[in-house]
Amino acid sequence: MENLASLSLVAVYSAMGVYTLAFIAFTLDLAKRSAELPARAASGAAGAPVIATAAASVRGSAAGGTAVLEREKTLKPENKDGSRGGATVYQRVAFALAIIGWVLHLAATLTRGIAADRVPWSNMFEFGLTATLLGMGTFLGVQLWKDVRYLGAYITGFTVLSLGIVTVNFYVDVVPTPPALQSAWLIIHVLVASLATAFFAIGAGLSTMQLLRHQREVRKTAGLRFLDTVPGASTLESLAYRINVVGFVFWTFTLVAGAIWAERAWGRYWGWDTKEVWTFIIWVLFAGYIHARATRGWRGNRSAWLAIVGFGAVIFNYTIVNLFFEGLHSYSGI
Amino acid sequence: MEPLRPSDYDDGSGAPAAIDEGPGRASADGPTQPRLGVVGWVRFVWRQLTSMRTALVLLLLLAVAAIPGSLVPQRSSNPNGVVQYQRDDPELFAVLDALQLFDTFTSVWFSAIYLLLFVSLIGCIIPRTTHHWRAMRSRPPKTPARLNRLVGYREADARGSVEEALSAGEAVLRRQRFRVERYGDSLSAERGYLRETGNLVFHMALVGVLATVGFAGGFGYNGQKVIVEGQTFVNQLTTYDTFSASRFFDDSRLDPFSLRLDEFEGVFEAAVDEQSGALLAQPLDYTATVTVTEANGESVQRDIKVNAPIDIQGMRAYLLGNGFAPVITVRNADGDVVFDESVAFLPQDSNLTSLGIIKVPDGLPEQLGMIGFFYPSAVQLESGALSSVWPQPDNPVLTLNVFQGDLGLDDGVPRNAYALDVDDLEQVTGGETGTESIVLGLGQTAELPNGWGTVEFTALPRFVSIDIHHDPTQLGVFVSTVLAIAGLIVSLFVPRRRVWIAAEQTNDGVRLRYAGLARGEDPNLDGAVERVATEHLDRLGGRVETSQPAPVASQ
Ligand code: HEM
Repeated sequence: MENLASLSLVAVYSAMGVYTLAFIAFTLDLAKRSAELPARAASGAAGAPVIATAAASVRGSAAGGTAVLEREKTLKPENKDGSRGGATVYQRVAFALAIIGWVLHLAATLTRGIAADRVPWSNMFEFGLTATLLGMGTFLGVQLWKDVRYLGAYITGFTVLSLGIVTVNFYVDVVPTPPALQSAWLIIHVLVASLATAFFAIGAGLSTMQLLRHQREVRKTAGLRFLDTVPGASTLESLAYRINVVGFVFWTFTLVAGAIWAERAWGRYWGWDTKEVWTFIIWVLFAGYIHARATRGWRGNRSAWLAIVGFGAVIFNYTIVNLFFEGLHSYSGI
Repeated sequence: MEPLRPSDYDDGSGAPAAIDEGPGRASADGPTQPRLGVVGWVRFVWRQLTSMRTALVLLLLLAVAAIPGSLVPQRSSNPNGVVQYQRDDPELFAVLDALQLFDTFTSVWFSAIYLLLFVSLIGCIIPRTTHHWRAMRSRPPKTPARLNRLVGYREADARGSVEEALSAGEAVLRRQRFRVERYGDSLSAERGYLRETGNLVFHMALVGVLATVGFAGGFGYNGQKVIVEGQTFVNQLTTYDTFSASRFFDDSRLDPFSLRLDEFEGVFEAAVDEQSGALLAQPLDYTATVTVTEANGESVQRDIKVNAPIDIQGMRAYLLGNGFAPVITVRNADGDVVFDESVAFLPQDSNLTSLGIIKVPDGLPEQLGMIGFFYPSAVQLESGALSSVWPQPDNPVLTLNVFQGDLGLDDGVPRNAYALDVDDLEQVTGGETGTESIVLGLGQTAELPNGWGTVEFTALPRFVSIDIHHDPTQLGVFVSTVLAIAGLIVSLFVPRRRVWIAAEQTNDGVRLRYAGLARGEDPNLDGAVERVATEHLDRLGGRVETSQPAPVASQ
C-alpha cells in the first residue's frame, strides 16, 4: 500500500508536468490568435461569414430540409455563436495534452483511493486532488456540448497551481479516517461540493471572459486581441449562466448533504459553524446571481461580477477558512 | 441583447406589463399619483419591498451580514471561544458584544435582513401564484402579427390546405406536450407551465423552512450526560449534566425512558509519525452498547456509534465523547469507606492521558481534594515523568496530588465537577510539597498523608458522554428541503416556451411560418421551433420547393 501511495504521488507530479505543457500550448494559442487577427480583418471579411451562414441556414431550411442545417451547425459551432476562427494547431495539441494529463491525474486519484482503501477526499490534499480532477474532467466533458477551449489556459493554469499548492503544502500520508468522518453523507457531501466547485470554476472563467469581451466591445480596448475569437459577451453570459446553475444545484445538494451529516455526527443539522456559515454565504451569493440574471439593470456585467465573487468565496472557503478559521471542521483539514 | 420575453412576463421588477396586469400593481399608478396619501405610501413601500431588485439587494446583504458569524466566535456554536475572546481583549470584546457580533445569527440586524427578505418573498409569492393560477387556466395568447421578429422564425411551403396544415400542426404540438389554441389561420401553443410552478414551490418551501424553524423549533431541547459502564441514566431534567431548552419547553415533555451503558469499545490503529518517529493512535471506531428501557417497560440492547445515533421515542441519542472513569475508594483511618465512586477523567491527548478531580467532602478530619492523572499505557520517561503511549489500558496507572482543607462546597455556589478550587486548600502531595504524588496501578492501595487512611484504584470502567436531542423541526425542514430541491430543478431546467404556426393559402399549397418565444433563459428555443417545423412538414408530406426565396430572418 505504501508503494501505491508513492506511485500515486509520481502520477500527480507527471500530471502536473503534462498540464503545464498544455497550459503553455493554450497560452501560445491565445497569443497566436492575437497576432493573426489583423491579417484576417484586413481581408475585409471580418463580419461576413456570420451573416452568410445565417442566411444560408434559413434558405437551406426553407429549401432543402433540416438535415443540411443540422450538419452545418455541428460543423461550425464557433460561427453560429458569433465568434470567428476555428481551432489552431496549438489548441489541438494543448487539448490533447490536457486529456493525457487528465488520464494521469485520474490514475493518481484512483491509486490514492486504493492505497487508502477509501474514497480519496478525506483531507485537504486529497480533496484538492479530486476537486481539480473533477474540474478538469468537467472542462473536457463540456467540449462535447460547447466548444469552450478558449478557457483552456485558465483551467489548466488554475489546476496546475492548485495541484502544486496542495501537493507541496498539504501532502499527508495515507491515514485511516477518524470516526467522525466515517459517513456516507460525508462522501456525498464532499463529492458534490467538488462537482459544484468544478462548475463554478468554469462559470467564473466564462464570466471573466464575458467581462473582458464586453470591455473590448464597448471600449475598443487594444491588446488581448484573441478576445475577438471567442463568442460575444451575451453568448458567454448565457453559457456562464447555464454552467453556474448546474453548479448551484450541486451546491444546494452540498449544503443539504452537509446538514444531514452534521445531524448524524453532532446532533444538529445546522449550527452556524464556520464552515456552515460559508456554505450558506456561497449559496446565497449564487441565489443572488440567479436573481440578478432576471433583474433589469443587473444582467450583464453586474451578474458576471457576482458569479466571480461567488467563485472567489468558494476558493476562500476551501483555503483561508479551512486553514485559519476555528470550527468543528478544522480537524478534517490537514 | 436582452432576451425577448412574453409581454406578460412578470419579473417582479414592478415595471408595467403590457397586457394582463398583476392585481396588485394596476392601481398604484394612475390617478392616485399626485397626492400620495398614507395608502399610497404604504403601497409604494410595499411595491419597493417586493420588487426583484430589493430581493436581490437583501440577498446580497444577507450574505455579507453572515460573514462576521465566521470571523468571531459565536455564543451558540463556540461559547468557550467567546469567553476566551473576552479574556484576551476585553475592550474590543465590549464593543463587538454591543454590536451583537457574538450572536450574529440572532442579532437585530441579521434578523431584520432575513425577516425583510421573507416579507418580500411572501409579497412576491402571492401575486405570482394568482397570476400563475390564471395563466394555467387561460388560453395561450393570440398569435403576434409579426412572427418574423421572434426567435427561430422560419418559413416553408407544403402541399394541402390551411385546414389540413393546422390540424396536423395541432397534432404535432399536442404530441410535444404543448397546450394549443387556434386563432384564425394560426396556432398558438405554450408549454412548460411547470417551470413557474417549480419556481413557486421552491420559494414557498423556503418560507416552509423558516416557519418550521421558527415555530417547531420552540419545542426542542437537548441535554448531555456522562454515563459510566454499568450505570443507568433516567430521562429526567434533574439527571442531566447540562440541559438547554427552547421557549415552549416544559419538563412534562420529557418522555420517561432509561438507558444503561453496558459496554464501550474503542478500536485504534497504530501509525508512525513521520517527523518524530513516535507511535500515533488513529481511532477507527467507537461503539457504545446500551440497553434502552422505554416507557412501556420493554428493553432492547442497541449500539450507538459516532455517526450513527439511535432514536428513542422521538428523541435521538448521540455518542459525543468517551474516556476512562477509574473507580476510586477512599477509606478513613478506621478502614470505613468514605468515598467509592467512578470518576470520569477527561482525555487530554490522543493517547488518552486523562485528568480527573476527586472530592471527598466527608468522613475525614478535613475535606480532601485530589487532582488525578490517568495513563492507560504508562511508561516512565527519562525525566521520571509518566506518559501514556497508547489509548488502551495496557498498563493503567493513576497518579494523585492530594489537597486538604475547604473544598468550598458548602457556600451554595455551584461548583464545576471537573475543576478543583484550590484557594482554601493546602497541597500535601506532589508538586513542591516534598512528598511524592501517590502512584497507583489497577487494584493497588496507597496510604494517604498524615495517616488519614488509604486510597485504592479499585476498577477501571469506561464512560461515554451522550447527547440527547429532541428536534421537532427535522421533519418539516426535511420535507421543505426536498420540495425546494425538486422545485429548483424543475424551475431551472424545464423550459417555458411559446410556439406559433401560421398558415397561408398560396397557389400550389400553403406557406407556413413558425416562430417561438421563451420565458427566461432558453438557448434551445431555436432548436425547439425547428423540431416543431420538421415534424409538421414530415406529416404534411415534406417541403415543397418554390421559385420564390424565403426572406432572411431579421433580428
Ligand atoms: C429567501 C430568499 C430567496 C432565495 C434564497 C431565492 C432563491 C432563488 C433561486 C435559487 C432561484 C432560481 C430557481 C428558480 O427559478 O426557482 C430564484 C428565482 C426567482 N426568484 Fe427568488 N429567492 C428568494 C427570494 C425572492 C424574492 C423575495 C422574490 C421576489 C421579488 C424572488 C423572485 C424570484 C423570481 C422571479 C425568480 C425567477 C428568475 C428567473 O426567471 O430566472 N425571489 N430565486
